[in-house]
Amino acid sequence: MTADTRVPMVRAEDIRKSFGHLEVLKGINLEVQRGEVMTLLGPSGSGKTTFIRLINHLETITAGRLTVDGQLVGYREHQDRLHELRESEVAGMRAEIGMVFQRFNLFPHMTALQNIMAAPIGVRREPKGVVRERALSLLERVGMSDKSGAYPGALSGGQQQRVAIARALAMQPKLMLFDEPTSALDPELVGEVLDVMKDLARSGMTMIVVTHEMGFAKEVADSVVFMDDGVVVEAGSPDAVLVDPQHQRTRDFISKVL
Amino acid sequence: MPATARDEHAVAPTPGAHAQPVVKLRHPIRWASYVIIAVLAAMFVNTILTNPNYGWDVVGEYFTSVRILDGLLKTLQLTAIAMVLGIVLGVGLAVMRLSSNPAVSGVSWLYIWFFRGTPIFVQLLFWGYISALYPVISLGIPFGPSFVEFDTNVLITPVMAAILGLGLNEGAYMAEIVRAGILSVDKGQTEAAQALGMKRGRILRQIVLPQAMRVIIPPTGNNTISMLKTTSLVSVLAFPELLYAAQLIYSDNFETIPLLITASIWYIIVTSVLTVGQYYIERHYSRSERLAGPGVLSRIAELQRRRGVTVDTEGEAR
Ligand SMILES: Nc1ncnc2c1ncn2[C@@H]1O[C@H](COP(=O)(O)OP(=O)(O)O)[C@@H](O)[C@H]1O
Ligand SMILES: [Mg+2]
Repeated sequence: MTADTRVPMVRAEDIRKSFGHLEVLKGINLEVQRGEVMTLLGPSGSGKTTFIRLINHLETITAGRLTVDGQLVGYREHQDRLHELRESEVAGMRAEIGMVFQRFNLFPHMTALQNIMAAPIGVRREPKGVVRERALSLLERVGMSDKSGAYPGALSGGQQQRVAIARALAMQPKLMLFDEPTSALDPELVGEVLDVMKDLARSGMTMIVVTHEMGFAKEVADSVVFMDDGVVVEAGSPDAVLVDPQHQRTRDFISKVL
Repeated sequence: MPATARDEHAVAPTPGAHAQPVVKLRHPIRWASYVIIAVLAAMFVNTILTNPNYGWDVVGEYFTSVRILDGLLKTLQLTAIAMVLGIVLGVGLAVMRLSSNPAVSGVSWLYIWFFRGTPIFVQLLFWGYISALYPVISLGIPFGPSFVEFDTNVLITPVMAAILGLGLNEGAYMAEIVRAGILSVDKGQTEAAQALGMKRGRILRQIVLPQAMRVIIPPTGNNTISMLKTTSLVSVLAFPELLYAAQLIYSDNFETIPLLITASIWYIIVTSVLTVGQYYIERHYSRSERLAGPGVLSRIAELQRRRGVTVDTEGEAR
């Protein structure tokens, strides 16, 4: 692991991604520093999900250069060539990046506690007792201590998403990716999930958050990136982008979301 | 007479709008059909009891005879072994079929195409006559020298032919069932597991297959019931399962009909027992589908834990 704090956590250089003939990302350039919380905004179909899925190699990039913590995503560079990583190497890389999905994707046949413990035990081969302690304290951190034995089917959307966040944190990731974590929730359940995320942001976690929750962006984000049609239209501090946007497209979008 | 809630006289008042007396609709056709069915049933029972060709005394004599019970045991064993082989093969073929490697998925496709496209009876005959096709089976370097050779007739006994014939055929059907099960699991499950750093094998075993079970298990129960009956075809291989045991007996004493009846009664007893089991399995899975609760395995673990047996529940997460 590179401990060099000057290396950005995520660095994207001219990232392109096509599905067949459809070019979805048309040259994305951005950097996320250690401890930075970046929110990614943009209309539906602008490529936000695709971009964060590239970061943990759930999709492969078509062109460009993407590094996480100084390491190329999905490839090894050797004598001027890119060699595809083996499955175990990709898995090892993903294990250090947490991901939270719009639809939670908890494992329905496991209890909340089992969901959280599965990867540290199965992937990292950590001792069960240690993992259990950590899982219980994570459940407490997301306010779900009393539901450790509950199956996801018995939990509300907000509760499921909090367990999903705990599950990702159990792998002690260096980077957390959130893809619209609150947009599948009933309005009254959004707050409890955002609170957990704000708490995480203040603890110094590096986060990329796709969200339309302007409150979250203003309160805890260090930077805001507005994407449209596969390009970054505008990026900067929350005040700069949300309060005083320079581009018409950004203004239109923000006026619609607010 | 105490008027309980179930007492007919205590049932809610006549449903008519102003509590007036109601004349119930008559069902003359329904009554006529009852009569006809009753007459036919009486005729049927009469012939069963009076026609001496049924030979009920012979049925009674052989029903629990050693040879018949031995045949029944072999039928049950053959069913179990063929199903286990079929399930193992089916899981392998389903995973191959879903592979992104076209050669691997092509092999699986070809296998399923062949074994589902030819009658099981013909396949069993092929296994029976396999030594005519390959008199000798040898292990060695492909197209090169061989190290060991076996006489096919020694290797492929009637038992082996029966197991291979039934099991390989079942594998093709189970493959489709398992594949449907795997495809029924939301892709988000695999992605969440991948994002946690899990590899393919673990994702399949720990995440996908347990969830696919609710789709896989009910038709597997059906296939087991039908396998039980299909084993009777194995009589052509001279393997002494239930039907062949009956055939051997009637070739001696010529009591053909009574012995076929004996075998049939045993088949229907076992399929009835399996059908009841199947009913509970389907009920279990249709209920847990609504609740999105735990699968069978974790339920069993839960029950055992309540009984005080220590079970590694997090073992599923090993
Ligand atoms: N697997 C895929 N195959 C083909 N097209 C896709 C795929 N995933 C996403 N797309 C397309 O890429 C575009 C961007 O999608 P997405 O990244 O999900 O946008 P966003 O998350 O900003 O709404 C959309 O037009 C979508 O239809
Ligand atoms: Mg999206």
